[in-house]
Amino acid sequence: MSTNRLVNGVQVASHYRDEKHQYASNKEGIWLFMVTEILMFGGLFVGYILFHSLYPEMFAEGASFLDWKLGFVNTLVLIFSSLTMALGIYFNQVGQPSKATWALWTTVACGAIFMIIKYFEYTHKFHMGIFPGKFLDPVMMAEHGHTVQNANLGLYFGFYFCMSGLHGLHVLIGMGLISWIAIKNMKREFNPKYFTPIEGVGIFWHIVDLIWIFLFPLLYLVG
Amino acid sequence: MGHSSGKNYINEEPGLLSWFTSLDHKRIALLYFVSVMTFFLVGGIMALLLRLELFAPNTTANVGQVLKNGDIYNQVLTYHGAIMVFMVIIPGIPAILGNFFLPLQIGAKDVAFPRLNLASWYVFMLGACLAIGTFFSTKIDTGWTFYTPYSIRTGSAVVMMVVAAFIMGMSSILTGLNFIVTVHKLRAPGMSMFRMPLFTWAIYSTAILQVLATPILGITLLLLVMERTFGVGIFDPKLGGDPVLFQHFFWFYSHPAVYIMILPAMGVVSELITTYSKKTIFGYTAIAYSSIGIAAVSFFVWGHHMFVSGQSEIAGIIFSFLTMLVGVPTAIKMFNWLATLYKGSIEFTASMLYALGFLFLFAIGGVTGIMLAVTAIDVHFHDTYFVVAHFHYVMVGGTLMAIMGGFYHWFPKMFGKMYNETTAIISWVFIFVGFNVTFFPQFILGAKGMPRRYFDYIPEYEQLNKISTVGSWLIAVGFLFGLYTIIRGLTSGEKAPDNPWGSKTLEWQTSSPPIMHNFDHDPVVTAGPYEYK
Amino acid sequence: MAILMLLMNKAMAGSFMPTQGTEISKQVDNLYGFLLVVSFISCVILIGGMIYFALKYKRKTANDKTAYITHDTRLEVLWSVIPLIIFLFVFGWGWVIYHDMRTMPKDALEINVSGKQWAWTVEYKNGVKSTEVVVPVNKDVKLVLSSEDVIHSFYIPSFRIKQDAVPGRYQAIWFKAEKLGEFHVFCTEYCGTSHSAMITKLKVVSQEDFDKWLVSESEIGTLPLAQRGAKYFQTRACASCHNVDNPAAKIGPTLYQRWGKEVANADGSKVAFDENHVRESIMLPQSQIAAGFPSPSPMPSFQGQLSESELAAIIEYIKGLN
Repeated sequence: MSTNRLVNGVQVASHYRDEKHQYASNKEGIWLFMVTEILMFGGLFVGYILFHSLYPEMFAEGASFLDWKLGFVNTLVLIFSSLTMALGIYFNQVGQPSKATWALWTTVACGAIFMIIKYFEYTHKFHMGIFPGKFLDPVMMAEHGHTVQNANLGLYFGFYFCMSGLHGLHVLIGMGLISWIAIKNMKREFNPKYFTPIEGVGIFWHIVDLIWIFLFPLLYLVG
Repeated sequence: MGHSSGKNYINEEPGLLSWFTSLDHKRIALLYFVSVMTFFLVGGIMALLLRLELFAPNTTANVGQVLKNGDIYNQVLTYHGAIMVFMVIIPGIPAILGNFFLPLQIGAKDVAFPRLNLASWYVFMLGACLAIGTFFSTKIDTGWTFYTPYSIRTGSAVVMMVVAAFIMGMSSILTGLNFIVTVHKLRAPGMSMFRMPLFTWAIYSTAILQVLATPILGITLLLLVMERTFGVGIFDPKLGGDPVLFQHFFWFYSHPAVYIMILPAMGVVSELITTYSKKTIFGYTAIAYSSIGIAAVSFFVWGHHMFVSGQSEIAGIIFSFLTMLVGVPTAIKMFNWLATLYKGSIEFTASMLYALGFLFLFAIGGVTGIMLAVTAIDVHFHDTYFVVAHFHYVMVGGTLMAIMGGFYHWFPKMFGKMYNETTAIISWVFIFVGFNVTFFPQFILGAKGMPRRYFDYIPEYEQLNKISTVGSWLIAVGFLFGLYTIIRGLTSGEKAPDNPWGSKTLEWQTSSPPIMHNFDHDPVVTAGPYEYK
Repeated sequence: MAILMLLMNKAMAGSFMPTQGTEISKQVDNLYGFLLVVSFISCVILIGGMIYFALKYKRKTANDKTAYITHDTRLEVLWSVIPLIIFLFVFGWGWVIYHDMRTMPKDALEINVSGKQWAWTVEYKNGVKSTEVVVPVNKDVKLVLSSEDVIHSFYIPSFRIKQDAVPGRYQAIWFKAEKLGEFHVFCTEYCGTSHSAMITKLKVVSQEDFDKWLVSESEIGTLPLAQRGAKYFQTRACASCHNVDNPAAKIGPTLYQRWGKEVANADGSKVAFDENHVRESIMLPQSQIAAGFPSPSPMPSFQGQLSESELAAIIEYIKGLN
C-alpha cells in the first residue's frame, strides 16, 4: 500500500524517507533492468560469435548483401538521437521544459528515420529473396544476379533478422516511451526536482543505441 | 502491540476486488499463494497420473495402462515438469514468503516498487494462463526442457508454451529486481547487511540469480520461437545450426534456476532451525556468504547437464570440477545447521519437523548430487531415474519441505490465527514417509539403468516402480491432511499472539496479522537477528 | 583396510548395478561403491547427528537456557576443507575413468549406429544392416553414432556407457565386451511418442559366431523372398506375439492358415486377409483390431521401420503359412 505525500515539492511514496531516497531507488531499478536487457542481447552475441567462427566464409557472404552505408547513416542517426535525449534530460534539470520538449520530439524523429531506413533495407532484401533460415530463396536470388555460395546462408540472415529485428522492436518501444514522456513534459509534469521518468527512458534509449553500436560492426562490417 | 484499532492488512480494504488492485506486498503475496497452490494441485495430480501409469509395465494390454498411449504420457509428463518448475517452485518461496516477509524482516513498509510488484503478479498470471491454454490447443510434449530439434519438429503447441515461459520469466526478473532494490535501499535504520535475517539473505541471493540468469532463458526461448515460426536455423541441424547450442543456452539459465529454487528454501530452514532451537544460528556470516558463493559459482556449472551430449572431454572435466566447488558452500550450510542444534532447546513443531526433514532429504539429495557431478558416474546415471530421484530429493524434499515448514511457521503472522499442530504433524509424517517411499526406489531403478521419461519399461523394473507408486499415494494423503490443517486454521483457528514462537526477527515484533504499513513505529535495529541469549 | 574397502565396494555396487560387461564398468562400479560408502558415512554423520541432537536437546521447559555459540573458525575450516578434499579426490578418480571412456582405441571394429524415431539401425562395414547390435567378445568396438531426426542417446547399462546421437554430426562410443550374452540398449534422450520403446539388444558372441553371423546376414539379400520374410519375422520380434504353426492366439492373433480367409474385426466388420490387410495391420496396427483383442492394440507401428522389400518378404512368408 503506498500513499503519497509531498516532500520538498515532490510526490514521495510512503515507504521512502524523502525524494532523494525515492530517486536513488528508482534509478537502481532502471539500471538493473538495463542489465537484463544487455544480458539478453548478450546471448545473441554469443551465438553470433560461435557461428561466425564455425562458418566465416558464409558470414562474409551474408555481410556482402548488407549496405554498410545505410548502416552507417543509421549509426549516425542514433548517436545524434542519444545527444538529443541527453539534452531532453538536461533541459528539464535546468528548468527549460519547452526546449526539452523539442529535444524529446527530435529524438522520436531520429528513431523514426532509423526505422524507415531499416524498412527500406528489409524490403529490399525480401525483394531479392533474402529471408531468414529455411525461407531464403536461392532461385529468387539467382534471378537478381546473386549465386548463393554457401548452402547455409540462411543462417546468417537468421541472425541478421533476429538481431536487428529485436533491436528494431526496442527502438519502437523506445519511441513510444519517449513520446509518452514528451507529452507528460508538455503538460509540465516534470521539474528540476522531479524528472525520474525522463531519465529512466533516457537510460533505456542510450542502451538501445549502445546495442546498435555493437550490432552495426558485427552485421555490416565484420566478414 | 498496536492492534488497538483492530485494523490489519486483511480487513483494512474491504471487498474481494480490492485484493486485485492492492499494492500491499502482503496481499500480493497471498495472491501468489492462492495461484501457486492451485498450480501445485494441478501439477500434483499429473504426478499421480504418471506414477499410476508406471505402476505396471504394459506387457499385457490394458493392465496398468492408465494413460492411453505414449503421446498422452509424454504430455502429462511435460505439463507436470513445466507447471512444477515455472509455476510452482520458482515463484514458490520468493513470491509468496519472500514478498510477505522480506520487507517485514528488514523493517520496511513495502517493497521498493509496489506497483511493479502487482504488475509482476499479473504478468505471471498471463504467462500461466497461456501455459494452461496450450492444454486446449495441440498440447505440448517436449518435456519442460524444450530440447531442439525435437521441439522444432513436434506438432505440439511449443510456441505458445515457450511464450508463456518467457512471460513468466519476465515476472521472475521483475520480482528479483524489486527485491534487490528493496534490500539495498529500504532497510530500517541500524539494519546493516549483516544484521539481515538469513531468509532475507537467501531471497536476496536468489533475486540476483533471477535478474542475471533469466534474460538468457528469455533470449533462448525467443530464438526457439523464431526457429519455429521463421526457421532461422540457429538450433536446426538441417540448416547448419547446432541443437546442442540450445542445451548450452538453456542450462546456462536453468542451472542457476536450480539454485533459484533451492536457495530460498535454505533461507527458510535457517529461520526455522534457529527459532525452534531457541538458539543463535551457528556461523551466520558463513551461511550468508555461502548463499552468495553458490549463486556465483552456479553460473559456471551448466555443462554438467551435458556430459554425454558431445561436448569435448576437457569441457566435461572443467564443468565437473566447478560443480564440485558448489558442493562446498552447500556442505558448509548443512554443518552449520547441525551445529545450531547442538545445545539448543528443540521444540518439535510441524515447522521444525519440516526443517529436520529438509536436512534429512537434502543430505541424501546432496551426496547423490556429488555422485552425478563425477563425470564417469554421470555417464551411467545421466537421464536415468537416478537423476529423477536426485532432483526430486533436492527440489521436492528440499524446496517443498521448506515451503511447507515456512508456511506453518509464518501462518500465525500471515493470518493472525493458529493452526492445529496435531494434524499438521500427521500431514508431515505422511509426506515425509511417502516421499522416501516414492523416490528412494528410483535411485535404485536409475542405478539399474531405467531411463527417465519412459512410458513403459522392461519387466525387471516392475517391483521398484510399484513401491514408488504406492509412495505417491502416501504423499497425496499427506497433502490432504495439510490442506485440512490450513482450512481449519483459517476458519476456526485460535487467535494468534504477536510472537507465538519467541522468535527474534523483526516480522514478529509487529502485530499478527500486521497492519497495512507493517509497523506502528519505524523500527530501529540495534542487534543481529538471532540474539537468543 | 584397502582390501576390505574394495570388497565392500564390490558387494554394494554389485547389488544395485546391472551386470558388469566390460572392464570400464568394473572401474565405474568401484568408484560408485567408494562414493556409496563415503555418502553413507556423511549421511550417518549429518542425519545421525541431527537425530541425536534433536533428541538430546529436546525442549524441556519453556525457559530453557541455550548456549550462545556464534561460530567456531576451526570447525568451519574443517568442514569446508574435508568435503573439498573428498570432492576433488572423486573428481580426479572420475576424470581418469572418463578419459578412458572418451579415448577411442585404435584398430577397433567400427560399426555405424543411426537413431531414428523410434529404432536404431546398425550398419556393418560389409553392408549388413540389423536392428540389433552384434559384436565379438574381447575386441575393441567403436560405434559411430548419428541421428536422422532428433537427438537420441545410446545407452548400454551393463557397460556403463552412454552417448547422445545428435543430428548433423557424428559421435563415437567404444567398449570391449568381456562377457558373452545379451544386454539391453536403451534410448535415453527423450525423442517423442515411442521413446520408451526405442529399445534393442546388444549381443556379445564369440569371434567365430560373429564372423558366421556377418556372412549369413550378408547373404539374406540373395535368399528367396519367403525365407527372407521368415528371417525378418524373427528379428523384428513378430514371433513373440504371433503364432505361425498352430491356430491358438498369443498376445496377438495367430497367422497360421489365415491367408485368403475372411476375418472378423472387433467392430463387427469383416475383412479379407490379403496383402493390403497385412500391410495395414503392420503399418497402422490401431486402424483395425481383430475380434477378441483389446483396443488399443499393444502392437507397435512399423511405419518407417520396414522397407517395402522387407514388408513384401514378410507378406510372402505369411502367405506360405497355409
